[in-house]
Amino acid sequence: MTTIDGNLQNEPQGLLARLSAALETGLAALFAGFMNALEILVRPVERRLGMERIGYFFVLPNLLIFGIFVLFPMLLNFYISFTSGTEIYPQDRSFVGVANYEFLFDCENVFEPNSCNEDLFWRGVFNTVFFVVVQVSGMVLVSLLTALVLNGKIPARGFFRSVFFYPVLLSPVVVALIWKWILQRDGVLNSLLIALGGERVQFLVNADWATLWVIVISIWALMGFYTLILLAGLQAIPAELYEAGQIDGTGRWQSFRFITMPLLMPTMFVVLVLSLIRAVQVFDQVYALTGGGPGTTTHFIVQYIFTVGFANVIPRYGLAAAASVLLGATLLVLTLMQLRAARSNESG
Amino acid sequence: MRHFAMVALLATLVLVLALPGVAQDVVELRMTWYTDGNEDEVMRDLLDRFEMEHSDIRVVMDNVSYQEGILGALPVQLAAGEGPDMARVTNLGGLAEYYLDLTPYLDDPDYWVESFGVGLGWLQLPGDSNISGLPTQLTVTGPFINRTLFEQAGVAVPSDSSDQVTWEEWAAAANEVAEILDIPFPMAMDRSGHRFAGPAISMGAQYFDDEGHPLIAGDEGFRAMAELFVNWHLDGTMPLEIWAANTGYAGANEEFGNSQVVFYMSGSWQIGQFSDQIGDAFDWAAVPNPCGPGGCTGLPGGAWVVAIGDTEHPEEVARVMEYLASEEIQEEFYARTLFIPGHQGLLSKGMEFETDLGQALGALDAFFASANALEQTAYDIQGYAFNFIVFNASRDRLTQAIVGELTLDEAIERIQEDVDEQLAERMGG
Amino acid sequence: MSAETVQASGNIFTRTRGRSSLHPTDLLSYLWLLFGTVVMFGPVIWVLMSSFKTQAALIEFPPQFLPYQQDSVQVKGHDEPLPLYNVTLEDGSVRQLAQVRRVGIEAQMVDPVSPEEIVRVNIRQREPVRSLRLALENYIDPLGRFNFLTYLRNSVTVTVMATLITLLINSMAGFALSKYEFRGRDGIFVLFIATLMIPISVILVPVFLVITSLNLYNNLWGVIIPGAATPTGVFLLRQYMLTIPDELLDSARIDGASEWRLYWQIVLPLARPALAVLAIFSVMWRWNDFLWPLIVLSRSDVFTLQVGLHSFAGELKIQWHYVLAMTVLTLLPITVVFAFLQRFITTGIATTGMK
Repeated sequence: MTTIDGNLQNEPQGLLARLSAALETGLAALFAGFMNALEILVRPVERRLGMERIGYFFVLPNLLIFGIFVLFPMLLNFYISFTSGTEIYPQDRSFVGVANYEFLFDCENVFEPNSCNEDLFWRGVFNTVFFVVVQVSGMVLVSLLTALVLNGKIPARGFFRSVFFYPVLLSPVVVALIWKWILQRDGVLNSLLIALGGERVQFLVNADWATLWVIVISIWALMGFYTLILLAGLQAIPAELYEAGQIDGTGRWQSFRFITMPLLMPTMFVVLVLSLIRAVQVFDQVYALTGGGPGTTTHFIVQYIFTVGFANVIPRYGLAAAASVLLGATLLVLTLMQLRAARSNESG
Repeated sequence: MRHFAMVALLATLVLVLALPGVAQDVVELRMTWYTDGNEDEVMRDLLDRFEMEHSDIRVVMDNVSYQEGILGALPVQLAAGEGPDMARVTNLGGLAEYYLDLTPYLDDPDYWVESFGVGLGWLQLPGDSNISGLPTQLTVTGPFINRTLFEQAGVAVPSDSSDQVTWEEWAAAANEVAEILDIPFPMAMDRSGHRFAGPAISMGAQYFDDEGHPLIAGDEGFRAMAELFVNWHLDGTMPLEIWAANTGYAGANEEFGNSQVVFYMSGSWQIGQFSDQIGDAFDWAAVPNPCGPGGCTGLPGGAWVVAIGDTEHPEEVARVMEYLASEEIQEEFYARTLFIPGHQGLLSKGMEFETDLGQALGALDAFFASANALEQTAYDIQGYAFNFIVFNASRDRLTQAIVGELTLDEAIERIQEDVDEQLAERMGG
Repeated sequence: MSAETVQASGNIFTRTRGRSSLHPTDLLSYLWLLFGTVVMFGPVIWVLMSSFKTQAALIEFPPQFLPYQQDSVQVKGHDEPLPLYNVTLEDGSVRQLAQVRRVGIEAQMVDPVSPEEIVRVNIRQREPVRSLRLALENYIDPLGRFNFLTYLRNSVTVTVMATLITLLINSMAGFALSKYEFRGRDGIFVLFIATLMIPISVILVPVFLVITSLNLYNNLWGVIIPGAATPTGVFLLRQYMLTIPDELLDSARIDGASEWRLYWQIVLPLARPALAVLAIFSVMWRWNDFLWPLIVLSRSDVFTLQVGLHSFAGELKIQWHYVLAMTVLTLLPITVVFAFLQRFITTGIATTGMK
């Protein structure tokens, strides 16, 4: 009854299958034709550039779009962080030096947001740090567990994999909407609690509950993706290693500890990097679910920047830009540290 | 590889389908719109009739969400000079610099001044006398009650015996009803600084200093209402769900419709929706605004269609606006949407609304009365160009006071700071 | 190394050991699967069910799982159908009556069979008669109210074009960064990675300025292109392509293949699993994208579905019944795409393994 993934597909049978096979063959030809046609264009470029520089050609389209739509706006943003006013064109804005940065750091005590001029920024910072730490550890743990289970001998593996992956497809707004229906005062969860004889809980009004649910939901929404990556990593571990271990009489825990974990480390690294990035960026889902509330309990740094620079009646582009530059700088340092760790991991 | 090829073919198909449509020789005008009920349908219907008479003009309505579309994206688009020809907005003064002055294009500007009166001033920058738009609804804030709950609890409705009921008296009565009938929320108020302002003014809030600059810190009336308000959340008179667990606007209309709220501070725009959603499932009624030392006032407000200055077709825009502003079109629009008319002629002569629901007609009457009982301060703050800053800051900081992140005095101080800082950004830039 | 195909046949921590005894970890993993299915799928099913409920049923507490509507009957002498109730009379008997009107806490009811006699009852003595019925108008009304087909076509255009471009340029960049040595390569990679972390919501206004100055405002390309160079995609593909052995490329070079041919005939097919993952992600991002299209597009003829759907959120109320129905509708296409691509991921992963 075990379904085995990855075996070759059965011979196409029936009219429909044959039709779709014909269609796919046709499309494959189209793709090949497209690529062959491009080759005529690429060949002279290749000859001109030579092996040392052909890499530039391949990286160019991506780099160009990236440069225009990501890098340049970021540089613009960097400039804007030194200006003030409500004009959106940089040339119309007045230069104010580091005033915006000073404003953000105008605190008696950074660890006490209420003592800061821009209290919401600091609340955002601390909330984000807490969220990232808890959410990423939870995410890695839950996806690893699920990947291990899915990698085991279970029936209907394809089905279960889809089940865990499905929420990944939902847009953040939809995720928020779904859970709002569940968690609200008259939601499903409360009617269940009451039916079981419990008391109604104000999940989105109580600060601790709201924090917990924001974390749980963000794990719910994305764990399928990381599970998939970890599953791929698990499946890449050669079976002989386990067989060898079996002969030596290693137990389950030991083979997990000494075979699975070390070989899974590179995959874990990818998962860690990606989930960390997503966690720092946390915004739209939470914004739609709690709006950063109750109060500012789930008010994260991206929400701060979005609100100040876009959603407020009088947007303060300069201040928002300064905050996003600080965010970017922090992230850059984090990334470089991770890359270094990965390097030493790969070489070691 | 076959799979990629399949996607490639699909893409080609899509591209062919997406080829631009045929060119037109009629003037096409864009109107950015948002909708709370059926007003998009009614407006479309009216515009269709306009297009029948004017084959050279076509008006396309672009429906967007209020929060992200009207409040978020539209100002950025306007600032970049990429706005539509007309838009339905509520931040009337805040966007005034982008409006078109219709006066030179209108046949009869006096009709506009007579009909839309003081409201035209809400669209003006200090010192000008432009005519830039027309109202799509006049709103008046005020409370609704669930009369059926009062009857069932055997508690007298305070406003039946007195036309000067204080906020405290309403709170006591609502609490009594809720206790007897085991209703979760005695009172509720929309999460909005605009909703809060009426009660605050009734408690004596001034909102402005002598120079017309917003002044919250030190405003005794504001503090008095804020204190009542925060305490109502702490003692369970008001639900935390609405104010604490949200961002931006949030209403309690669902809770009210579900008979979970006895007294609901909202406004006249709810009538259409209550007619649909509640119908006569219980007796809902609008009551006069509660009183305090500053009066018994709500806040006026409204959504307006404005003409945008960047338009390439001011003549055509003016013709559309003139059509929409005519008394008969205004009357039909309001009759079908169950909005309080923003048209003086209709306001004074009264309206036949297209409903035979007793509750709705009663509520419309009550709000007509409220509209005539507003304090001057209420008009002042509605007419203030940057009132949204004051409203939003009071909303967000009072929320923090409710959940205990700030004390009430800290919150009030922060409101003042937020307002000052944003105004400085605007003026200083 | 492309790992040897390993068939699924292990327990939770290890691969098979050929025994069939039920280890406690097996039991736990079944529990986990059961729990997971309920938690992951339940909420989605709930939304599906709710999308078929009437406005009134949506705000009911406790909520019903299935979409019920109140029954009504046509009664002689009344134009509109009247709602039906089960009424407990004073003598304790229960009758099914239709309500004519309600005044305060008293309801005036009639027997649909003999509508002449009015029965007055306390409203607490009546229970609505309900039956299972789908509120299809939640779906039909909005479809008539906005140009669904236009929005759908725009969304499909954006999603398909953006995904194709993303796959092409990201895979080229990934190929270059993993298979060639050239000056500045590591610098470019670090640049990509560094910006991987910056969400677009923090640089909205600068990107918007670039769009307007390139005349891409109110143009679907303004939605398609900016996100095409996703650093995430480059990172994923580069990491994956590192595992493709260079010897494979070298031997093809000896046979005279061009670099371009190496790219599309050797590396791309081998990178299929990673490409499939990226494809799913790109489709998902683009299909669900809301904030960016909302800012770049203001004309309804270029609106995408997500932007169109949000127009049901007004200033003062959200028309939940429509929002839910339209949410379900937007979920359908992406679910179908996933169902298709899911197979490719599965095959791809099992045959090549993914580092």
